[in-house]
Amino acid sequence: MANYKYHILLCGGTGCTASESPKIKENFINILAEKNLSEDVQVIATGCFGFCEKGPIVKILPDNTFYTQVKPEDCREIIDEHIIKGRKVQRLLYENPEDKKHISDSKHMGFYKKQMRIALRNCGFIDPENIDEYIARDGYKALASVLEQNDPKATIDLLKKAGLRGRGGAGFPTGLKWELCAKNAADQKYIICNADEGDPGAFMDRSILEGDPHSIIEAMAIGGFCIGASIGLVYIRAEYPLAIHRLEVAIKQAREYGLLGENIFGTDFSFDIILRYGAGAFVCGEETALIHSMEGKRGEPTFKPPFPAVEGYMKKPSNVNNVETYANIPVIINKGWEWFSSIGTEKSKGTKVFALAGQINNVGLIEVPMGITLREVIYEIGGGIKGGRKFKAVQTGGPSGGCLTEKFLDTPIDYDNLVAAGSMMGSGGMIVMDETSCMVSVAKFYLDFTVEESCGKCSPCRIGNKRLCEILDKITKGQGTMEDLEKLKNLAKVIKDTALCGLGQTSPNPVLSTIDNFWDEYVAHVVDKKCPAGQCKALKQYVIDPDKCKGCTACARNCPVGAIHGTVKNPHEIDQNACIKCGTCIEKCKFNAISIK
Amino acid sequence: MDLIKLTIDNREVEVPRGTTILKAAKGMGIDIPTLCHFELEGFKFHNKPGGCRVCVVEVAGRRNLAPACVTECMPDMVVKTNSMRVLNARKTVLELILSDHPNDCLQCAKSGNCELQDLAIRFGIRKNPFTGAEHTQSSYKVELSPSIVRDMNKCVMCRRCETMCNEIQSVGALSAIHRGFPAVVSTAFEKQLTETPCVFCGQCVAVCPVGALTEVDNNGKVLRDIADPAKKTVVQVAPAVRVALGEEFGMAPGSIVTKKLTAALKAIGFDYVFDTDWSADLTIMEEGTELIGRLTKFLAGDKSVKIPLMTSCCPAWVNFYEKHFPQLREYPSTAKSPQQMFGAIAKNYFADKIGCKREDMVCVSVMPCVAKKYETGREELAKNGNPDVDYSITTRELARLIKMANIDFNSLPDAEFDSPLGESTGAAVIFGATGGVMEAAVRTAYEVITGKTLPKVDFEELRGLEGVKEATVHVQDGLDLKLAIVHGLGNARKMLELIEKGECPYHAIEVMACPGGCIDGAGQPYHHGDSSIIKARWEATYQADREMPIRKSHENPSIQAIYKEYLGEPCGHLSHELLHTHYFDNQIKVEAE
Repeated sequence: MANYKYHILLCGGTGCTASESPKIKENFINILAEKNLSEDVQVIATGCFGFCEKGPIVKILPDNTFYTQVKPEDCREIIDEHIIKGRKVQRLLYENPEDKKHISDSKHMGFYKKQMRIALRNCGFIDPENIDEYIARDGYKALASVLEQNDPKATIDLLKKAGLRGRGGAGFPTGLKWELCAKNAADQKYIICNADEGDPGAFMDRSILEGDPHSIIEAMAIGGFCIGASIGLVYIRAEYPLAIHRLEVAIKQAREYGLLGENIFGTDFSFDIILRYGAGAFVCGEETALIHSMEGKRGEPTFKPPFPAVEGYMKKPSNVNNVETYANIPVIINKGWEWFSSIGTEKSKGTKVFALAGQINNVGLIEVPMGITLREVIYEIGGGIKGGRKFKAVQTGGPSGGCLTEKFLDTPIDYDNLVAAGSMMGSGGMIVMDETSCMVSVAKFYLDFTVEESCGKCSPCRIGNKRLCEILDKITKGQGTMEDLEKLKNLAKVIKDTALCGLGQTSPNPVLSTIDNFWDEYVAHVVDKKCPAGQCKALKQYVIDPDKCKGCTACARNCPVGAIHGTVKNPHEIDQNACIKCGTCIEKCKFNAISIK
Repeated sequence: MDLIKLTIDNREVEVPRGTTILKAAKGMGIDIPTLCHFELEGFKFHNKPGGCRVCVVEVAGRRNLAPACVTECMPDMVVKTNSMRVLNARKTVLELILSDHPNDCLQCAKSGNCELQDLAIRFGIRKNPFTGAEHTQSSYKVELSPSIVRDMNKCVMCRRCETMCNEIQSVGALSAIHRGFPAVVSTAFEKQLTETPCVFCGQCVAVCPVGALTEVDNNGKVLRDIADPAKKTVVQVAPAVRVALGEEFGMAPGSIVTKKLTAALKAIGFDYVFDTDWSADLTIMEEGTELIGRLTKFLAGDKSVKIPLMTSCCPAWVNFYEKHFPQLREYPSTAKSPQQMFGAIAKNYFADKIGCKREDMVCVSVMPCVAKKYETGREELAKNGNPDVDYSITTRELARLIKMANIDFNSLPDAEFDSPLGESTGAAVIFGATGGVMEAAVRTAYEVITGKTLPKVDFEELRGLEGVKEATVHVQDGLDLKLAIVHGLGNARKMLELIEKGECPYHAIEVMACPGGCIDGAGQPYHHGDSSIIKARWEATYQADREMPIRKSHENPSIQAIYKEYLGEPCGHLSHELLHTHYFDNQIKVEAE
């Protein structure tokens, strides 16, 4: 085996792949070969580093140099300077926004300082397509010890004591879920991995599967042993081709190593994994809908009970967990429940991965201990609001969650606190909004999503969400009435109260939480016909200040709909009925005479 | 039995474990409204998607309201079925459903028979907060097939039709498509029903709570042709119509209204009022003879003969094997259905007899069925493009016709069928119930084979409403007839699969597409899930049989006469020309365009 002096790790996640990381890899390899360095430097495409804002990321080991926004044409310089001459390429290092100094090691960067990586432990460290690298980082050790111990109940108890809760959103205790399934005797049981990640903006499951697929395989095998299932099924959306590929490679390697298949580790436990592809329906994240979809039926939920633990896939007892939940399990087994339960809050243990997005400086994937505050996440990890604007709200829990305002900035994040604050953990989407976000439009954005993604089975979700969305649309157009607001409130409550599954029961949350927290903003739209954030197009008015207008006619000549009238050297006027609010006139005016009201 | 105690609306009740809140409440006289829920007791039909959310109730300790139709009672549960929270939620849900519904009740075929309309009345919906310029309605193309009108704009996604089509009938023509607001029950790729595996059994129509699925209405044609002095109108009435029509006029289910029905048809103005029972007797002669012929060969060791013989009276069943099992289409009898035998005789024999040109005769049938509408249009059942039966109307359409013609049905004086195609036997009446055709055939076959008089006309072993019945009838030494009777196409499929595997032990199988047979045909008055209505019609069918002076088809003097005078012998040359048919490979592969 070659003894490498340097390792070049480069992000092979979906985001960086889209920003030409495969080309970067190719360039590194070619240049190294050209310089006869192939024996000294190894280039590895890893999983996601999380700091997607600054991708593509390249990390050089052993000195932990963290290069950001690397382009294919930077490779030669990195090799010439860093690898050959030992000089860091300053211009590619991360610049600390506070003191403008370059930081070379990621652990000193604000984005990483407060993070704690359990589920993402291997993402950005190992080659996900090489099982040996996973094994080198304690991979399959947990499976070995569980099989050696040969006591499923003890493993389930360990998970219960560790306090691991489902990372898919609802936070059901994982150990308890396994126990419920384990106690139902059946000739066949199934352990299922829910990789149907559907929250807009959330991509932690994809990153884990792309960056550390073996952790899921190992955890599913452990789960299979504990509940008595010989078959594992991964329900993964077909639009995750890279994750599917990595998982397929990993499954193949695990089979070759005897870590999947007959008599694993020489025991009488046999287990294998099958992939099932979803067509990308949000509702298929709901476990009964997921199971129906896997059975080849229409992906829609059915009433529980019976729960999957009793009657699941093919009517056999089944256990469904989310990707991130599984990713935690091998570590918990290796490090013990005491270690895991020492992290987090009283009822929420461990860490949670969030997809940080929106009007924030450091967009990316982060993993933080439960109990961290929103303020730490937004201002320290996230580097604060873009452009120094004012924080307005943070949306957690995706389309099922709610908006949290400034008053919750210091609330420790855990399952129960988020629910108490009117939102939820969800799968970990975290979208930060500043003062330029219109909360009515935000609610409408999420409703648009649920209207599209409702399966249509129950009337409140099928029709009710559509009606909610229509009323919100009316409000953003300045046509809403106070009666509409009352209608909105009642309808949202009824949908929550009557919908069949979790999707419908939570779909009005974005409406209810924005009504609760930003009632004045709704009223402004309805009564004053104003959008305080200036986002609602229909409520904007472009006006020309006659004192500033010189009558140059630039605006009138450029208006695409001919809505501006006036004669040369005289102040012009905008016909509000004809104006389409495109903003061209503002751009063209040299005298700053046009403003939005 | 494991009983549990709970409280519903402040009253304690004890129910067996596994009982739903809906059922428990019903037992206490609390009528929780439902829309999607549909249970046909005794027929294994239970549609319970829990989707409409009209039946929600409040269960103490639960965060959300619970659907009463699928939530099982638990010990010490405290349920409120009419709190403000519940009533507001139900009304809002109902307003939502109505906001995506055309609400054209005045012109709707289901008006007065619509479960959604009933709910709107019950909840006193006067105006709907979710209608208006900002609110859209779903829009789908209305489809007119030969039998069924599909107006999915009215669909409420109760999924009853889907459950019926897939789980009971195993046809697989209908299922939910799209998602979210546009979600609706439709065909694959929204194809026309004729291009799908649909067999026009119409059971989807029978269970639809609203006007989304209805029958093609032929009443306009009836009125037009009766009014035309150049046309001779001949009407035939199927056996099952007489035990159900009375329901449309407020009579108790199971009332036998044969004679009023005859009077009504005469009052409407048909020139000749005949009876499909007559041609049912004819069917027995033909099909029975065919059975004896095949069986004789089979028992003599002829391996080429197709046994079991399957009945072929039911046009939906004919469609089913033509579309789903065309490779087995030589098993069913070649005998036409009674409707078509009647048409062939009416337009050939009877038209000649009264000196009427074929083109001037209009042959109408009153059927408990919507597949019969399709059957009248089959090309091979016509001569030079002129169909043997011009068109068919359902029991429901006839009721509307009677009402439109201001006939007071209840006070009509009795009238008899016209002669010669009006005389029939008890064997023909029971065609309307599952097992009836087989029993009628056995009554005749037994006497023909043995030459002896049946000791007992009633074959109880062939009766009953179980989905699959089997019986062995001892005919004579060395001949025990092994028989099966199935209703519902899912059960028929099981038989065909047995044949396909070469494991079918029967000599003859009767198949009716509709659960219970024609008495629960898709053209009958709506039962809204009350299976006691079907049972009452069933009992009335056998009562009508008992009341007939002649109870064996071959003893029908009019049938004997037509063989003597016209047809010659059963399965003879002319019979083959007029009374037998052939089947096609109509298998359909549904593909996206």
